[in-house]
Amino acid sequence: MDWIATLLQGLLLGGVYALFAIGLSLVFGVMRLVNIAHGDMIVLAGFVSFAVVEVLGLGPILSLAIVLPLFFAFGYVLQLAVLNRTLGDDLLPPMIVTFGLAIVIQNGLLQSFAADSRKLSLGEVETASIALGTDIAVGVYPLIIFATAIVTILALQALFYGTKIGREFRATSDDPEAARLMGINTKRVFAVATGVALVVIGIAGVLMAIRTTFDPLSGPVRLLFAFEAVIIGGLGNIWGTLLGGVTLGLAQAIGGAIDPQFQVMAGHLVFLAILIVRPRGFFPKVAH
Amino acid sequence: MSTIETRGLTAHYGDFQALFGLDVTLRSGETTAIIGANGAGKSTFMKAITGLIKTAPDMIHIDGAPAGGRDAHTIISQGIAMVPEGRRLFPSLSVEENLLIGTHAKRSGPWSLDRVYDVFPVLKERRRLSGTSLSGGQQQMVAIGRALLSNPTTLLCDEISLGLAPVVIEELYRTIAELRSEGLSIVIVEQDVARAVRVADQVYCFMEGRVSLSGAAQDIALEDIRNAYFGI
Ligand SMILES: Nc1ncnc2c1ncn2[C@@H]1O[C@H](COP(=O)(O)OP(=O)(O)OP(=O)(O)O)[C@@H](O)[C@H]1O
Ligand SMILES: [Mg+2]
Repeated sequence: MDWIATLLQGLLLGGVYALFAIGLSLVFGVMRLVNIAHGDMIVLAGFVSFAVVEVLGLGPILSLAIVLPLFFAFGYVLQLAVLNRTLGDDLLPPMIVTFGLAIVIQNGLLQSFAADSRKLSLGEVETASIALGTDIAVGVYPLIIFATAIVTILALQALFYGTKIGREFRATSDDPEAARLMGINTKRVFAVATGVALVVIGIAGVLMAIRTTFDPLSGPVRLLFAFEAVIIGGLGNIWGTLLGGVTLGLAQAIGGAIDPQFQVMAGHLVFLAILIVRPRGFFPKVAH
Repeated sequence: MSTIETRGLTAHYGDFQALFGLDVTLRSGETTAIIGANGAGKSTFMKAITGLIKTAPDMIHIDGAPAGGRDAHTIISQGIAMVPEGRRLFPSLSVEENLLIGTHAKRSGPWSLDRVYDVFPVLKERRRLSGTSLSGGQQQMVAIGRALLSNPTTLLCDEISLGLAPVVIEELYRTIAELRSEGLSIVIVEQDVARAVRVADQVYCFMEGRVSLSGAAQDIALEDIRNAYFGI
């Protein structure tokens, strides 16, 4: 029964990693942009929510009503004003610019919030659990995160395959030059895509800030897990991020059950093993 | 309806200059053929017109007004559509979605999805398939239909017959002739010089980024074209 509990825990942890990974995958899938500041944006969302909670006295979930529109606007403007200029045949310029952005976010947060660890609180939901049978229980909050990951993926699926802007996302991802020839303003399409990615990052950041403590320098670790989940699942594939996240979560949970010291390492080892066997992940979408 | 004129049009790929001062007039309602050897700059010319390659504002005039230097999406919304070399369908879109992308330019006019299906019934049968799973000729129909759905006044066709069977080429050119009779300005780049001269009102021959010969199609002798083509 211990093992079932461990697997369940790993599965739900996978929801966290999937939620981390979706925004990274989306931006890469639409415009081949590797966002090095991804993890720091997740942390930034936690801090913005923290500030909203402090100043307005809202709960963290309600703070999403402010964080998400703000993050959409942030992504939209960031893409139009900065990132669009870095896009081209070379993957390196956007990586360097977002690396710089990561440093700006980290230091900005250190300046404004100091290096202390923070955590958002949701009251008893955080510790509530549902009993499954006699000796297994699942946490309600991890379950909420996992469900959010799935709902987010379904919503993005509907956006990509059921709307006009989604069609433009896919066409632009396939062939940006041909998309421009069809009258599509690809710079605007990229801006909307980054805006949407930042909304997902906002959701991930706030939910994560309720789950664990965070500080201005926790971004890079978040990026690492997101990156591993995306690579395992296959670059640019949205359902792949769930599979990648769950694979990573299971590896960590099983590793942690063997020896708590081994938890994070087990995730990295599985990631490396998959890279060797399937260098392009389980569901590669991008052909080059 | 619009007349497009280039004046001293130049174009570069990095340090490499591909076009050297082209003066070309694409008259409203006429069919213009552009011929020339590989690498002469035909596709580059079309890319410059559509804004895929940036030019100085006064190098391109639409109805007398400077129109160079604009983004492609702005040019397309002014009624210029392109069937690009190699068709360039979107692989992750179905046939129907590829066609619908043409409507994103938001221009009204005679073309609708139903009308494209009337002209190319085979596309309706296959509308749910991936665009790139079709035969070459059918893909070319999608590329033409997609361009028409932006309801252009000028249609640029870059080597639409490349790699297609003769019967399919005939069918595509019948469609082009019908479009012309509806008043559309058409520009074709075509390797088959005899066919190009047959369908066109005006002919331009490019050589190494310059116009080496131009004139009304009926006045041009194939002999002259041979000289202009190869520079001998
Ligand atoms: N993306 C590019 N980068 C660099 N040079 C290019 C590029 N595209 C075309 N060229 C060069 O520009 C010149 C004109 O090319 P262009 O494609 O316009 O010729 P074309 O007349 O369309 O030839 P073809 O009949 O082969 O299609 C050629 O010398 C070609 O090598
Ligand atoms: Mg060409």
